[in-house]
Amino acid sequence: MLNSAKDHPPLISLEDVQKWYGAFHALKSISLSVRKGEKIVLCGPSGSGKSTLIRCINALETIEEGTIVVEGQVLDGSTKSIDAIRREVGMVFQSFNLFPHMTVLQNCTLAPMRVRGASRTDAERLARKYLERVRILDQAEKYPAQLSGGQQQRVAIARALCMEPKVMLFDEPTSALDPEMVKEVLDTMIGLARDGMTMICVTHEMGFARQVADRVIFMASGEIIEEAEPEVFFKSPKHERTKTFLGEILAHH
Amino acid sequence: MGPIGEDELFFLMQGLKWTVLLAIVGFIGGGIFGILIALLRTSKKKVTRTITAGYIGIFQGTPLLMQLFVVYYGVALLGVEVNAWIAVAIAFTLHASAFLGEIWRGSIEAVPKGQTEAANALGLHYGSRMKDVILPQALKISLPATIGFLVQLIKGTSLAALVGFIELTRVGQIISNQTYRPLLVFGIVGAIYFIICWPLSHVGSGLEKRMAKAAR
Repeated sequence: MLNSAKDHPPLISLEDVQKWYGAFHALKSISLSVRKGEKIVLCGPSGSGKSTLIRCINALETIEEGTIVVEGQVLDGSTKSIDAIRREVGMVFQSFNLFPHMTVLQNCTLAPMRVRGASRTDAERLARKYLERVRILDQAEKYPAQLSGGQQQRVAIARALCMEPKVMLFDEPTSALDPEMVKEVLDTMIGLARDGMTMICVTHEMGFARQVADRVIFMASGEIIEEAEPEVFFKSPKHERTKTFLGEILAHH
Repeated sequence: MGPIGEDELFFLMQGLKWTVLLAIVGFIGGGIFGILIALLRTSKKKVTRTITAGYIGIFQGTPLLMQLFVVYYGVALLGVEVNAWIAVAIAFTLHASAFLGEIWRGSIEAVPKGQTEAANALGLHYGSRMKDVILPQALKISLPATIGFLVQLIKGTSLAALVGFIELTRVGQIISNQTYRPLLVFGIVGAIYFIICWPLSHVGSGLEKRMAKAAR
């Protein structure tokens, strides 16, 4: 394992990434590398820059300084590099962002057909495969508004998987869900993790972090404050801010 | 006073035909250019945004009649020989493209930002993002306002009478001059406009209510 990690360059690497919103320094010198198959949980208080960080990886946000490399492709702001990276990176949003005027199946087939030029037959076969995997194939002909929040989020996961990405980014995927629906989405994510998907998850679900994360990263004020294996992270956090944060988060669970 | 007989009614129907045709041409032409205006108005480039904003500003800030005159006499000044029909059709197309462009600009911007982000994250390019994701939703949002504008446009075609285009209102004028029954004739003309426009308005406000309900 160690050898193979050395042989292969990291799947994602961020070096000294800086981002400002006007005068607000949103990301301060972020460096992070993610190996293939690794599962990372990003947590931290709101406004700490964790969502911004993962949104920079697939160029939904631009960065002012530093380098981002995904699967050997340097993100240099060119359309070509953005396209190449978005082909490898899937994303799931807090508010699902399914296309409301399309059925579940159409949501899943659009990108494979338009971006990869797949035929409708192939795209639908692929879509059914991944809808089956998130256990929602029976709803394929419905529209998003006819589904519960948990079901919609599982469709969103399937939609991203249909592009067969090498990495999945999750931006607070359970934050907009009613409590009784959180589990079905987390279970789907756990399944994905077990199958070896490389994942970066912004989430406050500490149970999920304990169960699947290889590393937990704590961010505050745009900086990475602490990162550790979940065991160490939860048992003996080093920094005062991490302790305070964990105290608050765990008190609510 | 002369009677209003079959011939007069037939003449009115002829006028109505041109009114409807002019409205359809203006609406379709305006629709095609309007989409273009809306896309340019929402583009990333500041130049195109500024130019289209100016275009919209000019057509929204001047009377339709003035626009008709300018195009009608302006086209003639260019040395191009065109009949009233072409000149009026061009004027209405320009007019409608500015108003529809602005309506659709607003609708495009009303589609939640998450839709663009999801499309981007999936790697969809501008063309597909607009055609498959944003415009279908924007069109739905814009339907009440678009229908409202269509009603305005249908009534606005009556101004074409002033440059000699023989449509419903102009026909009414002619018949009124022949029969000396202005009140009756324009009563009938008004009723015809109403029969066309009122159901459209009704459909528009119905859609608006339905969408307001769906948004809650």
